Amino acid sequence: MKIKIIAAGVTLLTALAALAGDEAPLPPPSKHASLLGSPRFAAQDGESLFKSVCAACHMPNAMGGSGAGFYPALAKNDKLAVSAYPVMMVMNGKGGMPAFGEDMTDAQVAAVVTYVRTHFGNSYTDAVSLDEVKQVRETK
Amino acid sequence: MTSSEENTVTLKRRDLFRMIGAVAGGSAMYQAMTGLGFAADSQYAGPVKLEGSPKGTKVIVLGAGWAGLISALELRNAGYKVELIEYNNRVGGRAMTIRGGDVLTDVSGEVQKCGFDSGLYLNPGPWRIPYHHRGYLDYAKRFGVQLEPFIMVNYNAYVHSKDYFGGKPQRFREVQADFQGHVSELLAKTVHQDKLDQSVSKEDQEMLLTALKDWGALDKNYAYTAGITSAERRGYEVNKGGGLMPDPVGGQPIALTDLLKSDVWRAMTFGQTHQWHSSIFQPVGGMDQTPKAIGKVLADITTLDAKVTSIQQDDKGVTVTYVDAKTGKDPRQVKGDWCVCTLPLPILNQIEVQVSPAMKEGIGAISYAAAVKTGLQFKRRFWEEDDHIYGGISFTDLPIKQIAYPNFGFNKPGKGVLLGTFAFGNAAFELASLSAADRVKAAVEQGSQLHPQYKSEFENGVSWSWHRAPFIQGCAAEWTAEQRAKHYRNLAEINGRIVLAGDHMSQLSGWQEGAILSALDSISRLHHRVVAA
Repeated sequence: MKIKIIAAGVTLLTALAALAGDEAPLPPPSKHASLLGSPRFAAQDGESLFKSVCAACHMPNAMGGSGAGFYPALAKNDKLAVSAYPVMMVMNGKGGMPAFGEDMTDAQVAAVVTYVRTHFGNSYTDAVSLDEVKQVRETK
Repeated sequence: MTSSEENTVTLKRRDLFRMIGAVAGGSAMYQAMTGLGFAADSQYAGPVKLEGSPKGTKVIVLGAGWAGLISALELRNAGYKVELIEYNNRVGGRAMTIRGGDVLTDVSGEVQKCGFDSGLYLNPGPWRIPYHHRGYLDYAKRFGVQLEPFIMVNYNAYVHSKDYFGGKPQRFREVQADFQGHVSELLAKTVHQDKLDQSVSKEDQEMLLTALKDWGALDKNYAYTAGITSAERRGYEVNKGGGLMPDPVGGQPIALTDLLKSDVWRAMTFGQTHQWHSSIFQPVGGMDQTPKAIGKVLADITTLDAKVTSIQQDDKGVTVTYVDAKTGKDPRQVKGDWCVCTLPLPILNQIEVQVSPAMKEGIGAISYAAAVKTGLQFKRRFWEEDDHIYGGISFTDLPIKQIAYPNFGFNKPGKGVLLGTFAFGNAAFELASLSAADRVKAAVEQGSQLHPQYKSEFENGVSWSWHRAPFIQGCAAEWTAEQRAKHYRNLAEINGRIVLAGDHMSQLSGWQEGAILSALDSISRLHHRVVAA
């Protein structure tokens, strides 16, 4: 009997663990107005997306910033050389970097990564293709 | 049952719970107790009792937000030597309050000087305490912090959609009454057309019709129409008067299709959600009051302005290295037997920390949600004087999302500060990526669509974007179900001589109660180890 109760407790704990207690639930997608805000970003081109999403942490000049922790500079960043890395970062997130795969279309991801790779002292001119983004989305 | 039999049973149960607690942790014990009908509602079980001598054991507590403060307080009360280390030059973490004269510098380097008048403030982080957050309520009571009501549902506040109703904000009372009325009318029709015969008995259908008529404010024909009956719910177009004043007139309900397309109905669900149910409170004078009061009694063991750079451990103890947070220089080391680490996961992820690979992976897996709050000071409380909105929240589909009115100082002449933005989640990034000055501008611009008085009455504002706060990268841990399943236990278990605590280590991410419950759970498990050794 004792063992049964432990098992029940652990199962319940796991079930509870699935319920995140975040402030606001995301609204279902709607073709009409949304009081809770659309999880999709309005901006479509790379520059607008950078200015309205990435700049929140990496700063408008892409120089990053620091406090108790730090936001890496995207300016002159060697890690952007292979496009798969920034594509994966934007789609899936890592560490403090949130995942934006659910909030951006493949075209938006391609546009914003291409923009960052060709600005702020980065000159990786091979544009990110939709196929590349699609592949990352599918392998997630 | 004789009293001795009762004692035997009680003892047996208690032993059982203790055993479950030891084997599977406090949460499992709680679940088992709930299953047997003991604990209920909140998981807070009253002041924590750490019995048995810690025999001079020293604990280093990292971070002086709620989890760190509670850990330090209760461990010291239990006889531990404690050192509390904090990055900011104040305690409280996200439970902070911005007042006139405060100077705020964010990660971008932008400096804001708050220009609010005396007595006016903004809570940029947590701002309300549900009645069932019993841990918080207990500490507030123990430290003499007064609470006042937080108005979660204000029937006269606005619900606004930029693309519907010609952009004119609707009153919450009208939205709720009309939605309820239309739904009741439809369901009553269905009953009258015998379409519910399969699922509801005839007898229940009669009672259901009575309920729908009352709940939906329907007329004698079970229709939701303009008139006195609906006006008693949604409010009057011409209000009741005296003497020879005009007779009262009920307004025309909003069409169901407009309620649906504009999404304004959704405003109803906020106040119906358990975490926001009435009664709900705020501390008098600002959210920093309780942590400040707790921090005061811990001042002699607290080091402020200390940025942790590494956390090392071996089988004998823990060594924490920190530098001066302002200069990045002057490295110092503290040693202890154990460490309670409440640092936000994205920060901890960038610190050299010696824990198991599984815990390390969990630390690096969790990002924090975006949130933006903006406080605006106006020359007068026009929302009360002109719009008759006393406290509570207006909702809009504009990026600012919410306008929340002060829940104190009602009906007083003079200036007021309201919350002009509360954007949360990824949708908040569009505001979070602006400078504070531009976020204030956006709040005034957008808010004036609900209150045209904004433009002439605005004086000054401050804005806080949680991703630009220097001490945390976002407002609260955003756990997905998959991440919970994969990492939560790995992060919660004591790892060598280090245990994590904080709202991120709870099912109440973003809530002070989550930090309190997590801290109490972590230090209880740690204490159990210490006294058992």
